[in-house]
Amino acid sequence: MAMTDANKLPSPVGESKPRLDVLEKVTGAAIYTDDIQFGPGLLHARIKRSPHPHALIKGIDTSKAEQLPGVKVVVTGDDFPKRIGLYLVDKHIFARERVRFIGEPVAAVAAVTEDIAEKALDLIEVDYEALEAVFDPVYGASKEAPLIHPDLGDYDVPNFIFPQPGTNIANHFKVRRGDVENAWQDCDKIVEAEFYIPHVQHVPIEPHVAVAKFDTDGTVTLWAASQSPFAQRNLIAKSLGISESDMRVIAPFVGGGFGCKAGVTMEALPVAIASKVKGRPVKLLLTREEEFYTNFVRQALVIKLKMGCDAEGNLVALHNTMYWDGGASTEYGVNITRAGGYNSTGPYIFQNVHTDSLCVYTNHPIGGAYRGFGMSELHTGIEQCIDMLAEEIGMDKVEFRLKNCVKDGDIILTGMTMHPTGLSECIKKVAKAIDWGVKAKPSSPNKLRGKGLALMWKAPSMPPNAGSSAAVKFNEDGTITVGVGGQEIGQGTFTAMAQMVAGVMGIPYEWVRVRGPLDTRYSPYEWQTVASRLTWSMGNAVVAAATDARQQLLEVVAEHWEENPDDLDIKSGKIISYSSEREMSVKEVGIYGLPNENFEGWKGGPIVGRGKFMPTYVTNLDFETGQGERAVVHYTTGAQAFEIEIDKDTGKIEVINAASAFDVGKAINPELVKAQIEGGMVQGLSSAIYERMILEEGAMQNPSFVDYRIATSADIPTGHHIDIVEVPQDDGPWGARGIGEHPMVPSAAALANAIYDATGLRLEGPPFSSEKIYLAMLDAGLVD
Amino acid sequence: MTVHTITVNVNGEDEIVEVPAHWTLLQMLRYRMGLVGTKNGCAGGECGACTVMLNGAPVNSCMVLGVECDGAKIITVEGLSHDGQLDPVQQAIMEAGGVQCGFCTPGVLISARALLDRTSKPTEAEIQEALVGNLCRCTGYVRIIEGIKQAAKLQKP
Repeated sequence: MAMTDANKLPSPVGESKPRLDVLEKVTGAAIYTDDIQFGPGLLHARIKRSPHPHALIKGIDTSKAEQLPGVKVVVTGDDFPKRIGLYLVDKHIFARERVRFIGEPVAAVAAVTEDIAEKALDLIEVDYEALEAVFDPVYGASKEAPLIHPDLGDYDVPNFIFPQPGTNIANHFKVRRGDVENAWQDCDKIVEAEFYIPHVQHVPIEPHVAVAKFDTDGTVTLWAASQSPFAQRNLIAKSLGISESDMRVIAPFVGGGFGCKAGVTMEALPVAIASKVKGRPVKLLLTREEEFYTNFVRQALVIKLKMGCDAEGNLVALHNTMYWDGGASTEYGVNITRAGGYNSTGPYIFQNVHTDSLCVYTNHPIGGAYRGFGMSELHTGIEQCIDMLAEEIGMDKVEFRLKNCVKDGDIILTGMTMHPTGLSECIKKVAKAIDWGVKAKPSSPNKLRGKGLALMWKAPSMPPNAGSSAAVKFNEDGTITVGVGGQEIGQGTFTAMAQMVAGVMGIPYEWVRVRGPLDTRYSPYEWQTVASRLTWSMGNAVVAAATDARQQLLEVVAEHWEENPDDLDIKSGKIISYSSEREMSVKEVGIYGLPNENFEGWKGGPIVGRGKFMPTYVTNLDFETGQGERAVVHYTTGAQAFEIEIDKDTGKIEVINAASAFDVGKAINPELVKAQIEGGMVQGLSSAIYERMILEEGAMQNPSFVDYRIATSADIPTGHHIDIVEVPQDDGPWGARGIGEHPMVPSAAALANAIYDATGLRLEGPPFSSEKIYLAMLDAGLVD
Repeated sequence: MTVHTITVNVNGEDEIVEVPAHWTLLQMLRYRMGLVGTKNGCAGGECGACTVMLNGAPVNSCMVLGVECDGAKIITVEGLSHDGQLDPVQQAIMEAGGVQCGFCTPGVLISARALLDRTSKPTEAEIQEALVGNLCRCTGYVRIIEGIKQAAKLQKP
């Protein structure tokens, strides 16, 4: 089906063109949601939030708040009876009857100023009856735990999510392949380990913000910092009983997403409030504190692993049980659990696999999509076990990985046949870059030095029929505007799309415009900007639209010249004929068409190229075994390695060298690919060394940048070697696959393996803070 | 709510602004003067997205009251370029690929400008230190640092 040839890249595809959006961004001209001015009619919303992790709401008295001058409306859960949710529909916009985490919206105020709205919150009286809470997903999954969602059996749910009514298990994904119980006897070495990967927060520098307005004609507009304008329109409209076509979502530039601005996080709140104060725009801008403790989180994971190999070092069996701390309800959590399950071997081949991946309701913040979608957490466990097993069997850790990693044509854990992949090449590249096998001396006597490596795989985790569409339109000046519904969240997707259009149409890159804001009223449909799927999926739609526009151009000119369209081509913006050697600029044809001889009539007209893409081949997986013909569309694979020193006096880790190699199929813009790898690796290291939401009895103790530290400019490795590997994807544009999430997936695991190499210590899990490392070294007698 | 009328020079222009007594410089710039290039990332002096130049020194504009700026000289991201001519820090960070989502960029550019005003040939360590108060979640800082190195070279001595 591919309209493109991975061996023939039309310029500027494959070139590192400058970003389309960068001049706006360095001059302060780029508009983000909070930059839009709504005039004096704007109302400011503030949210009354639950102080309890788990409680019944016995009553809410809003009368005093309503009487405060300047307050325009106060709403509670009574006003919005329908549930909302992306997969398992298990939430209300405002809590009804019961609260399930600290920070859950209970009521809201819209007032003429933020100060008045904030003051009014204190006047709302909520009467609670505290309930026993669940903070541990392992306990939560047990029969003894109190139920957080007694109505679980009544919720709407798609057919690939398996909630277990009567328990706190929101999804149970199983893999049963081979015979694990009997396979242990074929193993020469077996390792067992348990790890805990704590909650972390996305921390975009732009906080969540959304503004909603109901017009008197019944239409609703939502302006939001959004990765998912179409999904938000769909879910919010459904929950509030609005028709999708009456709801419009406008999404300007996004100041960092990483998954937290996908699905519906807080955007339904101002829409619900605005529905009670028609004609007035209502803005909700989260404080940084709210950004930390009320938003969707990367859910914590308890992972219990048992892994064995035979005497030759061939992997034989894996037993993997994952308890995901799904939180109070599950926007993405249930699907992360599913992805964790169908990827639960990591990029390795075992003939015998037994996996239980459980999404467990707890009274913690709600689990959401975070760059990697469960894969960082999963690989942090798997890749340490691989290291341990290699050591047990006495094999070099790189050799062991090369021997067992997934290769072309392998049958993976779900029964799917692996497509061509460059994983082995990635391993070799990284090992070479980090000088694997050569142990360098520490730079001083009070330092320990070590190297560690980890692999990764990740498939886009999405409904089987997530679709993309695109339109290519001419402007009067001959330039081309590309309509897309995928969002520019910093990854450079607008730039990549422009390169594809220029390449397909044979026109200069400078003639192509891809601009926001996205607008569900006018932008072509796109499922969501998630799953590292745009380069591949939206790229295919854009290629189709550009191909269509190109064909329309050629047909008009061919008719005009009385030639065959197949003899025509477009080069550098000129339509040329190989038979007659005539030429004409594309700019002359796109809008106005062409006149017949002596202006006796015209042909052509404004050209609009259309394109779509939707994978049609993904199959469902069996509930009992997780087996199916094709679980996912494809896998991006890669490897990462670190060389580190640990200060014996402080426990501080210094990353001296880093190496990354990822198989992106084809780099549409190599410098943008490298930029994703650089940024992703630092985000991965940040999560591995510094980050953890400290939750005590459900309350976050560190909701600020002072107490929740992220990597700064002073914390980055001194060197990072990057290799781009290109084994084309059969249905990607010129073979391209996504690379947005993958670079941070192996980071924590590679660092953990380097810490082991330096110290001989394996810790329960990240963050590998100086304090934790120092105390572990003290315990082990490595330091006095 | 007391409202003060102050005079402030913003990006080379003298402006008369009415600002509530408790408003920060950040609020004043964004919501009174329409200078939305300066971003609100935390409103607590922790992330640096709102960095502006106040009388020649970089400050978090969320930590300064608007009324304190009576008679002051302020430069925001909108004031870095002149007649379409980009400041070397804008040009170089753009070319180095130091921009992704762009939300930290205005603050980063002001901190970079302030650094190069202080020292024309900063070391890598000095650049890293100058940026420590500007959090960036996208780039991993590598290309921002490279951009500032290049800006120092572009700059007229």
